[in-house]
Amino acid sequence: MAFTRRRFIQAAGLGASALGFPAIVRGQSGPIRVGLMTVKTGPLASGGIDMERALVQYLKERNYTMGGRKVDLFVGDSGGVPAQARTKIQELVERDRIHVMIGPLDTASALAADDYIRQAQLLTLSVAAAEDMTQRKPNPWFTRGTSTSSQSAQPLADYCAKTLKYKRMATIADDIAYGHEMCAGFQRVFEDAGGKIVQKLFSPLTVPDYGTYIAQLKTNVDGIFLGFAGSNGFRFFRQFNEYGLRGKIAVVGGMTAFDEAVLRNMGDEALGIVTSCWYSAEIENAINKRFVANFRVDWGYDPGFYAAATYVEAAVLEATLQALKGDIEDKPAFMKTVRAIKVDTARGPVSFDRYGNVVGSVYIRKVERKDGRLVNRVIHTYPNVSQFWTYKPEEFLKNPVYSRDWPPAKNLES
Amino acid sequence: MSRAGWVALAAALLGFPLVGGEYYINLASQIFIAAIFAASLNLLVGYGGLPSLGHASWLGLAAYISAWMSLKLGLAHWATAPLALLATTLVGCAFGWVSLRATGLGFLMLTLALSQVLWGTAYRWVSVTDGDNGLRGLTRPTPFGISLDDAASFYYFALAITAVAVWLMAVFVASPFGVALRGTRDQARRMSALGHDVWLIRWITFVYAAFWGAVSGLLFVYYNKYIHPASLSITASAEGLLAVIAGGSATLAGPIVGAVIVMILKNYVSGFIERWNMLLGFVFVFIVIFMPEGVVPGVRRLFGRGMRAWRSRR
Amino acid sequence: MQYWIIQTLNSLALGGLLFLLAAGFSLIFGLMRIANLTHGSLYMLGAYVGISVLKYVPNLWLAAIIGGLVMALFGGLVERLILRPLAGNALGQVLVTLGISFIVADLCLIVWGGDPIPVPTPPALQQPILVGGVAFPTYRLVVLAIAVATALALYLLMDRTRIGAMIRAGVDDMQMARAVGIPVSRLFTAVFCLGAALAGAGGIIGGPIMSAYPGLDADMLPLALIVVMLGGVGSLLGAFVGSFLIGAIYTFGTALLPDLAYVILFLPMIVVIAFRPTGLFGRQSV
Repeated sequence: MAFTRRRFIQAAGLGASALGFPAIVRGQSGPIRVGLMTVKTGPLASGGIDMERALVQYLKERNYTMGGRKVDLFVGDSGGVPAQARTKIQELVERDRIHVMIGPLDTASALAADDYIRQAQLLTLSVAAAEDMTQRKPNPWFTRGTSTSSQSAQPLADYCAKTLKYKRMATIADDIAYGHEMCAGFQRVFEDAGGKIVQKLFSPLTVPDYGTYIAQLKTNVDGIFLGFAGSNGFRFFRQFNEYGLRGKIAVVGGMTAFDEAVLRNMGDEALGIVTSCWYSAEIENAINKRFVANFRVDWGYDPGFYAAATYVEAAVLEATLQALKGDIEDKPAFMKTVRAIKVDTARGPVSFDRYGNVVGSVYIRKVERKDGRLVNRVIHTYPNVSQFWTYKPEEFLKNPVYSRDWPPAKNLES
Repeated sequence: MSRAGWVALAAALLGFPLVGGEYYINLASQIFIAAIFAASLNLLVGYGGLPSLGHASWLGLAAYISAWMSLKLGLAHWATAPLALLATTLVGCAFGWVSLRATGLGFLMLTLALSQVLWGTAYRWVSVTDGDNGLRGLTRPTPFGISLDDAASFYYFALAITAVAVWLMAVFVASPFGVALRGTRDQARRMSALGHDVWLIRWITFVYAAFWGAVSGLLFVYYNKYIHPASLSITASAEGLLAVIAGGSATLAGPIVGAVIVMILKNYVSGFIERWNMLLGFVFVFIVIFMPEGVVPGVRRLFGRGMRAWRSRR
Repeated sequence: MQYWIIQTLNSLALGGLLFLLAAGFSLIFGLMRIANLTHGSLYMLGAYVGISVLKYVPNLWLAAIIGGLVMALFGGLVERLILRPLAGNALGQVLVTLGISFIVADLCLIVWGGDPIPVPTPPALQQPILVGGVAFPTYRLVVLAIAVATALALYLLMDRTRIGAMIRAGVDDMQMARAVGIPVSRLFTAVFCLGAALAGAGGIIGGPIMSAYPGLDADMLPLALIVVMLGGVGSLLGAFVGSFLIGAIYTFGTALLPDLAYVILFLPMIVVIAFRPTGLFGRQSV
């Protein structure tokens, strides 16, 4: 039974995701089924819950209609475990029969699902930052409206070298691919602009205490780059402060280190810190102002990286559906359209390169106090930043992917 | 179980892909993998009285070795599978030697610590394991030229392996060696007085369990075509232990039923209930308190009591 | 030179924190033979409860005492209602504590959310002090002092009081303790409450360093296990020495051998147990 149905559908040139869906009712009818692959339990839950809140807000603002068709939302929770994420994505595809997936949240889950996304030809609007999924091993069904790991770190390195005039810097990050990729991108651009990275530290994900790393930090540097995500950066910075280093070494942060979600539990010690990200709740455009205002009304805090991620992806999805007049069933047409689209979103104008990765503004932000709360005020904008920064894509892709060991750190001092 | 029962079970398992949707077929394949894993752990926990909290080592290690050999050495599946099983079993020999310095909770802690070392190595040894990215770009084997890429063929493949695995574990348990193993669990001193080498019996069981854990690891990596350090974590080991205890240790069917319960809670019920982690916790507290011998013996007992009451009323 | 001074102080401060975490675990394990896998959860829950208490009582030490009492109550309930019916079923007890830790983790996520929450350092201790010409956080030295004071108090409790004598008797030989009429049942509850209180208060006292965040439980539990296995179960001295040993191994190990950072905590424990299954100071094999 299953065999014959499968063969029939394959013969009809349709994808495996259509299994269980009678071929006759396909075509432009029924609601568009959107899957959100997120994390709502375990240590990554904070960002994952924000992803769902912002996406639901977007859909509510559109009255659950996009491109003239109703939208049904299905949510999967992986608990942050990659194998679980893969199973959940299968569930969204094979049981809930989603047309398009927003997510997953984390790099490892995106990589775990990579071959399944190809096999099921699942239209994916990713939040995860894994570099190679839009670089050396591009997935044809994968589009990313947020950024790669290093996409925001590279402009920050430029800013540190050219505007802040830093010459010597240190980096510290979580010892995972996300941290490696961010630090590597930062290092390459900073050193190409004439600076020197004199120290690179990576701390394990489950570190009980950062004291031993803080004691190793070089104090004779112009600044230190923090490439942490989530609670680790928060803890590191508190301890950094505790050791009386706050006034002695300037701190700059990657796109998640001083996210709005972390800032709301911080105090004056964070004031003045410079970070870079493709988003800030303080961006001055009409779409973002409405997004932030509504989000604050519903939840009482500013949206950050993860909330903005799904809100932006939803805007990309809606614009694509409008261009296609709601026809999401034609997958190749969808991919062609989404990658050619230009759309104004909460993060500013967004378009895509031929690898499916976003080209958009990256903001240099400074922590300030406004109406009693800490915000990331935009102090400089790098427009149309690509994942390749200013390098030629072909030459960029000839190098190995960013990692602990590439680019080699030639200026380390021991 | 009666012969009719076995035939019905076999028919249901063989016929399932004809009626179940793709999602459910895949879920069943994952349950098979979890069942082998839990059954192999049960050899230690149930029959040997040795609670291991590091059994994920074998699943993860076999998966990593197989993936690494196919990605970095370019070996074919017919070569990677036996090599991965062999290498994992050899590591099992070594870990068993260290872990069995202790018994009881000490054994539990040692297995936990050793598995944490593997977990940390998988995270940190990026040149081999690709760290937090995990190893990907893998393929499924093609036994006898049959592609396992669709859900139903993988289901039958996993079913066949599971049947063989459970049968061989049953043979092991029923053999004189299995009887001796239970003796070391219940009366270790007496067994050694009778001239049995208690340590050796435990060690052989440890290695045998590691071997079948490795088999489940191969299936795991074939199914997911991906392996990540999370598969070596305490949580992964703990889930196996929960399956054993939930279903009923020291029975053959127990761990399999337990694996079904855990997988369904984790993968199916979690689609409907947002707080599935909490539910999982409650289910285990409930099972341990009210069915301390596990679901299979517990249900059998309740069923037996009901039957007796019914008969006596008649 | 300064570097070594700082790292030495770091290792001592971390050791102190680990002792606050591990002392209760060791007592429970030694007396009741329960590998209490909720211990990390008790630590985390204590930190979160402390954060809520601090909203009303802006004093860290008071919050630690209140949080400790709340956790003692919680621990007592767990022992009476859940662990007691499972007496004699060691594996069942291990699993049930694991199940409770799932529940507690999800509960904390619901109540306190997923973002990291800081525990403010008492204002008087916020400025680092100079030790041999280098700045070191004052609060960490206070944690070290608290740990030493706690160790001393526990020593006096165990060595000089009736209840301490009973606990020691129970750890050494449970059957004998029962035979001579020690009220073992009440003793178990008391020890479990004490262990839970120590973990909970430890969570708050460690709060200004560690903060509270989802996953804190899973980060802390292995540390407690390692310390106790290394030092020997049921031995206060073992927990004390084990804590500082692990503090030193972690601090210097990750600095000198960064490649081993992920596994460095487990290696010494494996070596010690493999050659001395009782741990360094334990009298009974685990």
